[in-house]
Amino acid sequence: MYDIKNTAKGLVAHGVSTCAGCGLELIIRHILDVLGENTVIVIPPGCAALFSGYGKETALRIPGFQGNLENTAAIAAGIRAGFEVQGRHDITVLAFAGDGATVDIGIQALSGMFERGERVLYVCYDNEAYMNTGIQGSGSTPFMAATTTTPGGKPSRRKNMLEIAAAHGIPYAASASAAYIDDLKKKVEKAKNTDGPSYLHIHTPCPTGWGFDPALSVSLARAAVQTGAWVLYEIEKGKLKLNSKTTKLKPVSDYLKPQGRFKHLSDKDIQDIQQEIDEYIQVLASRSENQAVI
Amino acid sequence: MKKEIRRMLDGNGAATEALKLARVQVISAYPITPQSPIAEKLSELVVSHKLEARYIRVESEHTALSCAIGAQLTGVRAATATSSVGLALMHEILGVASGCRVPIVMPVVNRALVSPWSLWCDHQDAMAERDSGWLQFYTENVQEVMDFILIAYNIAEHTEILTPAMVCLDGFFLSHSTQPVMTPDQETVDAFLPPYRSKNLFLDPKDPMFINNLTSPDEFSEMRFQQKVAFERALDIIPEVQNHFAGIFGRQYGLLEAHECEDAEVVLVTMGSMAGTAKYTANMMRKAGHKVGVIKISVFRPFPVAQLAGLLKGKKVVGVIDRSAGLGAQGGPLWLEVKAALPDNDTRVFDYVAGLGGRDITEKTIETIFTGLLQKVNKKDANPDAPGVCWIDTHPDAMSVREVIVND
Repeated sequence: MYDIKNTAKGLVAHGVSTCAGCGLELIIRHILDVLGENTVIVIPPGCAALFSGYGKETALRIPGFQGNLENTAAIAAGIRAGFEVQGRHDITVLAFAGDGATVDIGIQALSGMFERGERVLYVCYDNEAYMNTGIQGSGSTPFMAATTTTPGGKPSRRKNMLEIAAAHGIPYAASASAAYIDDLKKKVEKAKNTDGPSYLHIHTPCPTGWGFDPALSVSLARAAVQTGAWVLYEIEKGKLKLNSKTTKLKPVSDYLKPQGRFKHLSDKDIQDIQQEIDEYIQVLASRSENQAVI
Repeated sequence: MKKEIRRMLDGNGAATEALKLARVQVISAYPITPQSPIAEKLSELVVSHKLEARYIRVESEHTALSCAIGAQLTGVRAATATSSVGLALMHEILGVASGCRVPIVMPVVNRALVSPWSLWCDHQDAMAERDSGWLQFYTENVQEVMDFILIAYNIAEHTEILTPAMVCLDGFFLSHSTQPVMTPDQETVDAFLPPYRSKNLFLDPKDPMFINNLTSPDEFSEMRFQQKVAFERALDIIPEVQNHFAGIFGRQYGLLEAHECEDAEVVLVTMGSMAGTAKYTANMMRKAGHKVGVIKISVFRPFPVAQLAGLLKGKKVVGVIDRSAGLGAQGGPLWLEVKAALPDNDTRVFDYVAGLGGRDITEKTIETIFTGLLQKVNKKDANPDAPGVCWIDTHPDAMSVREVIVND
């Protein structure tokens, strides 16, 4: 055990063992700043388990439970029910899982929790692969990205988990990014106050897995949004609202080029990805009820 | 003063009534034959406010147990029930409940595991989980289903135990068999089973702790050791609780039950609903002059080694019925325990696999086993020391059933 000389300002310890430039570390601090200490967190094994801690140490000042890789939503639903029957409606139950634990192995439990309308705030921090086990491809790994199980580039598209979540008719689902903290915090606040399931899918760059300079995490996350490779939007009671621009976007190569996982891409590959982005942006823009603000 | 009502209940009904009497507050259940009536009846009790609880209609058994663990960690009794492949799907989470010392009591309606598909009773589902860190009780009749569940709560939640418990009831033979059951009143049960209070581990923002994080090799063995000690203590605490229960409700149970064993030349060790048939058959055979006895194992985990060894001391021939195949092992799981409990080489222990996939264990089957065991005592058996497991009720043409013909 280390002696703690100075207490952390927020609910997360100042010294944690995430990689330098970890997008996940940035967002968990801000999310817990918004939610406050009257929160219980459920974390599956994975990168976020670094915050569960090791042995007698934890990195969090809120109560938490480390479940299995696929039952984060189920354990959270049980915790919620336990508090509800004791009249403790004020506690926020936060499920905090990565993309593998969400879109792959955990999608059944998550879908069940959504369908039943449990009041759980589910955050998927999406670093687009199984990073903690060594960068294996997941259902959220983007098209053509190289991982240790897609060494030639992933041949299939990623799941659109935000739309899958929204298709359950849950009251609030939104995407967010580690580069747009004000936008993220607003969404966390909204999710906290949602009377029912809420889902936040957050783009969290991973320098280790994506192969880029850790100093560039935030600028790379910003590039994803500015190129339309990642779009910020909310689906509230079925209505889609864009939060990031869909016009005057930068070329996707600005986002792809700095990353080692895309270094094998040909100009044609990049063109194809650009075309997919352009088409998807049009779809989102046509569904949106507003003009984007960011 | 206890007030009991005599009711006609089947095993599932008795299990449901016991969970209600235990005042469970969160229920997460998923239907599976032959457990489904438990899932259904609990939802009826909740919707009609006969039970003040939250019912979570989960999408799998895996989630059912995950939900129950989450709920119980907030400080309430949480309930679920399952069977067969449902229990197998829970396998990963069983260890979470036991390792985190969450004392959930779960009825397990015993049913064969795939493949081939079977809807009917054997013990392989629960036997596959015998090392999951759960206490395991096996019931002979519907009254025991009710009583063992209430007793199991008191044991599982004991400060020195803090270990979840399966109360096993044979699919259809008990789950769907209607029998008269003395049903206690709520007030008496409340006195026996005080309101739940989390001990050791709990989730509460007012007193934060992080549960179940990564544990180093420096501590893992020690935490397992704590569980081992709990199982050892359970061998003392289970009889204490059973005696306490008997003092209130008048029904005495033990880790195991001996029937006509004292002067018996051969003893047959049984478990679950077959025990009733075995005792009945033993009575019949005694009338015909055969000195046979029966032991019923009520608690399989922890296994009552000393008690069993005491009862079987000096016996020359002991039989065991395993209601699971124990493929590839020297014998079925119950036989392995009995054999290991009897270091005395003078006792020969014979294993009989019977009653798989819903096959009835009849008086005839039991009689055949007893007759065979008596022949071994009298050395009239052609090969009295033949090793191996005897599949006593398997058809002689077993190898031709759905025989696969290989075409050249």
